Amino acid sequence: MSIYKDAKYMDVPFEEKQKLFDQVKGDMRWDHIFNGCYECGICVAACPSARFYDFSPRVFVQTLEREDIDTFYELMNDSVWDCSQCFSCTRCPRESNPGALITVMREVAVNNGLNSAKEALKAYSRIIYKIMSTGTQVAPDMLQPDAFPDWGPHVKEISDNLEYWRRALPPETLHTVELAWDVSVETRLELFMIWKLTGNLEMIENIDEGIFMILEEVMEELLEEHGYDLDDYENVIED
Amino acid sequence: MPTTTASSLPLKAEDRKFERNSPPPTEDYREQLFELEAKGEIEIIRVPEPYIEVETKYGRKKKIPLEHTWHHKSCGQCGHIPGYSTAIFWLNRQFGFDYHDPRDQTSCTAWNYYASATSNPAAQAAVAVRNFAQAQIDGYFPVIHCGTSYGHYKEVRAELIYSAELRKQVRAVLARLGKKLVFPEEIVHYSEWVHVMRHEIKKRQTRDFSNLTITVHPACHYHKLVVEDAIYDKDLYNGQRTAIVSGLVKTIGSKLADYSTWHDCCGFGFRHILVSRDFSRSFATMRKIEVMIEEANPDLTLTHDTGCVTTLDQSQFAAKAHGKKVGIPVMSDAQYAALAMGAHPFKVCQLHWHNMEIRTILEKMGIDYDKAWSEFEHQVDRIKSGEIDYLSWEDADA
Repeated sequence: MSIYKDAKYMDVPFEEKQKLFDQVKGDMRWDHIFNGCYECGICVAACPSARFYDFSPRVFVQTLEREDIDTFYELMNDSVWDCSQCFSCTRCPRESNPGALITVMREVAVNNGLNSAKEALKAYSRIIYKIMSTGTQVAPDMLQPDAFPDWGPHVKEISDNLEYWRRALPPETLHTVELAWDVSVETRLELFMIWKLTGNLEMIENIDEGIFMILEEVMEELLEEHGYDLDDYENVIED
Repeated sequence: MPTTTASSLPLKAEDRKFERNSPPPTEDYREQLFELEAKGEIEIIRVPEPYIEVETKYGRKKKIPLEHTWHHKSCGQCGHIPGYSTAIFWLNRQFGFDYHDPRDQTSCTAWNYYASATSNPAAQAAVAVRNFAQAQIDGYFPVIHCGTSYGHYKEVRAELIYSAELRKQVRAVLARLGKKLVFPEEIVHYSEWVHVMRHEIKKRQTRDFSNLTITVHPACHYHKLVVEDAIYDKDLYNGQRTAIVSGLVKTIGSKLADYSTWHDCCGFGFRHILVSRDFSRSFATMRKIEVMIEEANPDLTLTHDTGCVTTLDQSQFAAKAHGKKVGIPVMSDAQYAALAMGAHPFKVCQLHWHNMEIRTILEKMGIDYDKAWSEFEHQVDRIKSGEIDYLSWEDADA
C-alpha cells in the first residue's frame, strides 16, 4: 500500500510492479549499495534535488527496505528522474547508496520501456544518438543560441566563430566541430560493437524506436563499409 | 537547566586535531586487483616511473605518475570549454613530459549513463576496459581528465573486483574486439597530477597571484563517488576534506577562502544541465555562487571537473538578469596553474569560451586584457586569411 494519500498507478497490476521490484533487487549491485536506513536524514540534507523538487533519497531507501511495492512503482515512474546523480548521499552512515539504487531503478525503468522513462528522456534522445555513434557526449556545434538561451549572448558569439575558434586550439585532436575531439573511425566502430555485444541497443529500442533505427542504419552501414560481419557482433551477454 | 561552558563547546574545525585511530574501513583495491592478476583473471597496468606518492582518504598511499601518460579526455571540456584540456597539455609540455593525446579514446559514456540509464554494467565496464586496453597498446598510463569518468571508472573497478560473472562478460566482449581485460593499478585524475606538481608549478610561477581571493568547489564525482581514492592532506583543512585544488591555491600564494556550502554539488545533474536547466541554475546560483559571495567575496572560483566549471560559470548569466548578486569568474585548476606560469589567457587558456566577465580577474593577475585579446584575434585572422591552418603550440607561446 502506497505511503501517498493520493497514490497514483493503482490501476497497474500488483504483479507488474512486483516484477520490476524483483529486477531491482536482483541486480548484481544490490548487496553493495543497499544496507537499510537509520532514518537519520543525512542523505536528504546533502541532496541538491531535495532542495528544489518534491524528492527524498531517504524515501527511496525506506521504500526499498519495507518492500513497499506501490510506493516503489510510483517513485520509479516519477521522482526517480529528479535525482542529480551527484552521490552526495554516499554520506549515509549505514553505507547505503541511494544514488546508485536510483541508477538501478532507472535502468529497470528503461529496460521495461516505461512510458514515464520515455517521457523523461524525450528531449534527451539526440544526446543518446551523439554518444552512441561518435563516442563523445557533447560537441562544439551543440552550442547554439536557441539551445542555450539562458546562457546569454556569448553562446551566439561562440557559434558565429566556431570553425575558426576551433582551429585556434593548439591540440591537434580538438580541431573538430561535430565531435568533442577527433575520435578515429575504428574507435567509434569498436564502441558501437560494445553496444551491440552487451545488448545496449535493445535498451534504446525500448525507449526510443526512432533513434534506435537511425543509429542502427548509420552505424551498421559504417561497419559494413569497413568490412565487419554484423553476425559476429550479436549480444553475448546472457540475461 | 544545564549550562554550556566555553570548554564544553565543540571545537571549531580549525582547532580540531586529526589523528587516525583505526585501520582503513575498506579492503585495499590494489591488493584485490593483484590477486585477480595472479589468478590470471585480469592484467594490471603498472604506474610508470617517475611517480609521486600521496596520501588518500583512509591513509593509504597512491602513486601519481608524472609522465608517460595517456590523456583520457573529457567530452564537456573538449567540446565546450576547450581551454581546460589545452591548459593540461600546455602544463605537460612546459615540463617537457612525455604524454599522449589519443584519437583511439572514447568518452567513458558515464555522463549519458547518469543522465539516462540507457546502458548496463557490462557495457559500461567494456567501454572503460577498451580505453584502458588501448592505452596499454599505445604504451602509456591512463590519466583521466573528467571527474565523472574518474568516479565511474572507480565504480567499474569495484564491480569487476566483486563479480566474476561481470569479468567473464567483459572478457567475452573485449575478445571480440581483439583486446584483453586490463585495468590500471590506480585511477588517476589529472587534478591529482596538478596537485603533486604544485611545488614545481610554484618554481616556474611568473605572475603574482597573492592579491587573489579564491573559493574552491571540490567535484562530487571526485570525492563522493567511491571516496577512498581521493587525496587528503592533514595540513589542509585538518584532513577533513580533499586537498585537491585547495593545495594548489595555497602553494601559488592566493588566499584560500572557505564557505559553508563547500560540500554541496554544483547543480549539474547530468540530465538536468541538458534538458532541465532551471534546476541547475537555481542550485548553482543560490547554493554556491551567492553563498561564496556572501561569505568570502572571491575574485575567482576554481574547480576540477567538466560539469562544475560549466554549471557554475554558465548559470550566472540568467541569475544576473534576475538581479541576483552573482558574477564570479570560474575556471579549472589547470587554467589557473597555467596562468600562474605565464600562459596566454586566450591562446592557451581559451577563456573566451567561458561566460562570466574575466577582464577584472585578468587585470588583477597583471594581464593586459585588450593586448591579449588582440594577440588572439591576430592569430584567428591568420587562420581566416589562409596564412596558417591551425594555431600551433609555438604560436600559442609566441
